Amino acid sequence: MFNTEIIVKSLPMLLQASVWTVIYSLTSVAIGFCIGTLMCAAGLSASRLGRAVSAFYVSFFRGVPLLVQLLISYYCLPLIGVNVPSSVAAVGTLALCTGAYIAEILRGGFLGIPPGLIEAARMVGLSRAQILTRIEVPLAVRFTLPSLVNETTMMVKASSLISVVGVLELTRLAQNIATSTFQPLEIYLTAGAIYFVINGAITLAGEFAESRFRMEKAR
Amino acid sequence: MAERPIIDVRGVWKRFGDVEVLKGIDLAIAKSEVTCIIGPSGSGKSTLLRCIAFLEEYSEGEIYIEGELLGFSLENGKRRRVSDAEVARVRRNVGFVFQQFNLWPHMTALENVAAPLKLARGIAREDAEKRARRMLEKVGLSHRAEAYPSQLSGGQQQRVGIARALAMEPHIMLFDEPTSALDPELVGEVLQVMRDLAGEGMTMAVVTHEMGFAAQVADTVVFIDHGVIAASGSPQQVFRHEENPRLRQFLQNYFERNVFWQGSDAAPAS
Repeated sequence: MFNTEIIVKSLPMLLQASVWTVIYSLTSVAIGFCIGTLMCAAGLSASRLGRAVSAFYVSFFRGVPLLVQLLISYYCLPLIGVNVPSSVAAVGTLALCTGAYIAEILRGGFLGIPPGLIEAARMVGLSRAQILTRIEVPLAVRFTLPSLVNETTMMVKASSLISVVGVLELTRLAQNIATSTFQPLEIYLTAGAIYFVINGAITLAGEFAESRFRMEKAR
Repeated sequence: MAERPIIDVRGVWKRFGDVEVLKGIDLAIAKSEVTCIIGPSGSGKSTLLRCIAFLEEYSEGEIYIEGELLGFSLENGKRRRVSDAEVARVRRNVGFVFQQFNLWPHMTALENVAAPLKLARGIAREDAEKRARRMLEKVGLSHRAEAYPSQLSGGQQQRVGIARALAMEPHIMLFDEPTSALDPELVGEVLQVMRDLAGEGMTMAVVTHEMGFAAQVADTVVFIDHGVIAASGSPQQVFRHEENPRLRQFLQNYFERNVFWQGSDAAPAS
């Protein structure tokens, strides 16, 4: 009944496709982190416009299902004359979506920074941008690391959705193999196991980073 | 004095909403002078210091740092807030030491001192670290360069804070209650560093409750009460001969709190 042979045969292909899953999801998180930082800074700034843009951005990308966002960008971008590979559009959409969540995560971290640390930076002549990148972001990341790791694992899983707009990654390939071999259970179990291992590695990396940061706390 | 004061505060008011914290402060500090600012809590002394650093925008009046108007530009008698970069330029020679030290917790002592040199002054890494080590040595902490702030005592953290400010080669150092957050046995090491600095001719303005330090080191003592300068002069004048009843009361409270052994035979009061 349970066909282990098909697993062994398709595993190399699935592993290859999972490389794309890792690339797409980590790239999205990296870009999303930059977007999230800017949106978070805008949301906490004195500028009315900045706060409005940030609030709209966050509410849109948190309020609309990611699948719908992907379909919108897939059908919409060609209409407005933007011709990019569907993988680029998909990664962009993932990044915008996770950026909204990361902005909200970082907001908590930013608010936890003692204002005196910023004043000290201003008094030694650091610019706004330097204060953001050298003081605020490193501290906010330390405060919010568990949530950021969590968001990254969510994005690895969410990247499976981009299979619907024709981007080849782990889930898409699993679908292809499943329909051609008529062995869906074995294939999807394998794909699931690969996702599980990827996220296990990310969680471990997060714990390693946390232990590094603990050095900075009291003995 | 013939020379223009290095810090010149003229008619400065500061309001937080309806609350008037500073009500027309005039204060001139000459080069190489040590000015200690004393007063009851809530009197506005820290606010004054923060205005001189432009960590607070003053509501009215003028503050000149080395002859340049701080934070504003005057056009046809109207004042306009200048850009942050312009503020940073005018106060580039002002160092600030905080009550809570405010070291960056994700950097070692050395990095806390070296990072501003690299970032704000564009000094190459190696040179910045060399200068940072010299500064840490100056405050007696070269052996703790690699420690994170959380691994340092309060007194050590404050000395790193002083080193960080000194590394920028300021002409003026502002101290906002630098020893108030310290355990009593750690106060001395910080005051010693400040004393050395005064001896080198640094211009200093110090908000403090350390009357002994003020009496020994200050050229001028300024007593602030309810947002105005209620008395000022040499330590002699202020501590010995001042007639102002509020100041007498303030000093009386201070001495009573600090005397624990009176007379030769009497037991300490229980």
